[in-house]
Amino acid sequence: MLNYDLVVVGGGPAGMAAALKANECGVKNIIVLERAETLGGILEQCIHTGFGLHYFGEELSGPEYAAKFIEQVEKTDIVVKTDTMVLDINDENVVTAVNKEDGLLKIQAKAIVLAMGCRERPRGALEISGTRASGIMTAGTAQKYVNLDGFMPGKKVVILGSGDIGLIMARRMTLEGAEVKVVCELMPYSGGLTRNIVQCLDDFGIPLRLSTTVVETHGKDRLEGVTIAQVDEKLQPIESTKEYIECDTLMLSVGLIPENELTKNVGIGIDRITNGAVVDEMRQTDHPGIFACGNVLHVHDLVDYVTLEAQLAGKGAADYILGNADNAPVYVNTTTGNGVRYLVPQRVNINNKDDVKLYFRVGQIYKNAKVVLECDGKIISSKKKVKLAPGEMENVVVPADVLASMTSDSSIVVRVEE
Amino acid sequence: MKRELTCVACPLGCTITVELNENEVISVTGNTCKRGEAYAKTEITNPTRSLTSTVKVNGGILPVVPVKSDKPVPKDKMFECMKIINSASVDAPVKIGQVIIENILDTGADIVATNID
Repeated sequence: MLNYDLVVVGGGPAGMAAALKANECGVKNIIVLERAETLGGILEQCIHTGFGLHYFGEELSGPEYAAKFIEQVEKTDIVVKTDTMVLDINDENVVTAVNKEDGLLKIQAKAIVLAMGCRERPRGALEISGTRASGIMTAGTAQKYVNLDGFMPGKKVVILGSGDIGLIMARRMTLEGAEVKVVCELMPYSGGLTRNIVQCLDDFGIPLRLSTTVVETHGKDRLEGVTIAQVDEKLQPIESTKEYIECDTLMLSVGLIPENELTKNVGIGIDRITNGAVVDEMRQTDHPGIFACGNVLHVHDLVDYVTLEAQLAGKGAADYILGNADNAPVYVNTTTGNGVRYLVPQRVNINNKDDVKLYFRVGQIYKNAKVVLECDGKIISSKKKVKLAPGEMENVVVPADVLASMTSDSSIVVRVEE
Repeated sequence: MKRELTCVACPLGCTITVELNENEVISVTGNTCKRGEAYAKTEITNPTRSLTSTVKVNGGILPVVPVKSDKPVPKDKMFECMKIINSASVDAPVKIGQVIIENILDTGADIVATNID
């Protein structure tokens, strides 16, 4: 059995920032376990720019953003094991992992940061009838083929789902000479950032068809085409709107699922909306000493926010390891009001001395609405927003002095007012 | 005349309103930073975009290395730039920031590597 103060599961942006923060706070004995061959996580294949504007004040590509953290990790004593798969975490904080060099590893940790990220919803999660022809893949898989492996997965492309990866791939495939025929979105609004609709679709004249889905795929060995149809208010395809589109590739950008198998095995409480752990303001789960951050906690739109969140988890883990954590926390749950789908953190320790930022997403598009924070029946803040969209993560701050005046019976509610 | 734009300078995506007299920008509103104002003015007069792609690597770990234009290039020259990028190759090892193609199409932008290989 190996002993480490902190075990970080996942070496993407969240894992690296958490490990670095804990190291900076004085934790000496840290190990990062990464499934892939290199650190960096999904950023390695996100070669487009737009990363780092908030955190670094400059526009970086994914690999450049990751490199800044990889360089920092390399300057520290943090142990990194790549090509290493974590198989299990038990409720005594023992991490079991496996790799080719060490075989089976058992590591006793004082604290653990979960930073496993998320995976894409696959075709099997959708009810599309048709054959198993090749040419049907998730947008992230296509992104790996083009950006890391250096080959084009197809020439005539239909994209289902207007999440950011789908939009980014629409542009990438177009620039590489493919014809992107249409992007279909089941919902009446896009799940991606507005800037990506502008610069990935509008720039190239790629149509975005809202309230439209793929109902059937055609072709035996290779995809030959898809049938698309508009959907009604109950999201059911309308028979009379069916339309055949010839294509050799169907890319799916239909949502991301936090990879919480390890989390669930420990018995950690999961939020049924975010599909991530229930956490407090330091991103500690309901299992003492286990923290979660990044896309395994909730799907973020910007990596900059992942970094900030991971630093909280790293600080929280450091406090826990060094004996600086609050032994008698008083928790108040955060409550979603009108229009707010979820809030992270789900609970706040009111003994905490700092402002607490609550992250959330709305359930539909709002124009000229207000984001209202209400604590104990009093309106603490009311912020006007020109536009709120489900694709864009929002936040609201609970000031430290408001927390200081609370008791265990207090309430924290965030809602949208039209 | 008024034109409404979505700023692409950063992922916030502010909705910007530009007031125009012919092609002259009179006012820019709705932006939340200076980059937004600059974006709106360029977008009306000479729209530009950052260009990212990959370049073939000889003798590297991966077959390609990601690249970007170190400055935005004119929007209407993106496909011409892609032709040049796709015919280029570089020998490993490649460093971040290494110039792969200098002053592409006389746009003043260099194509630089954004990862190691």
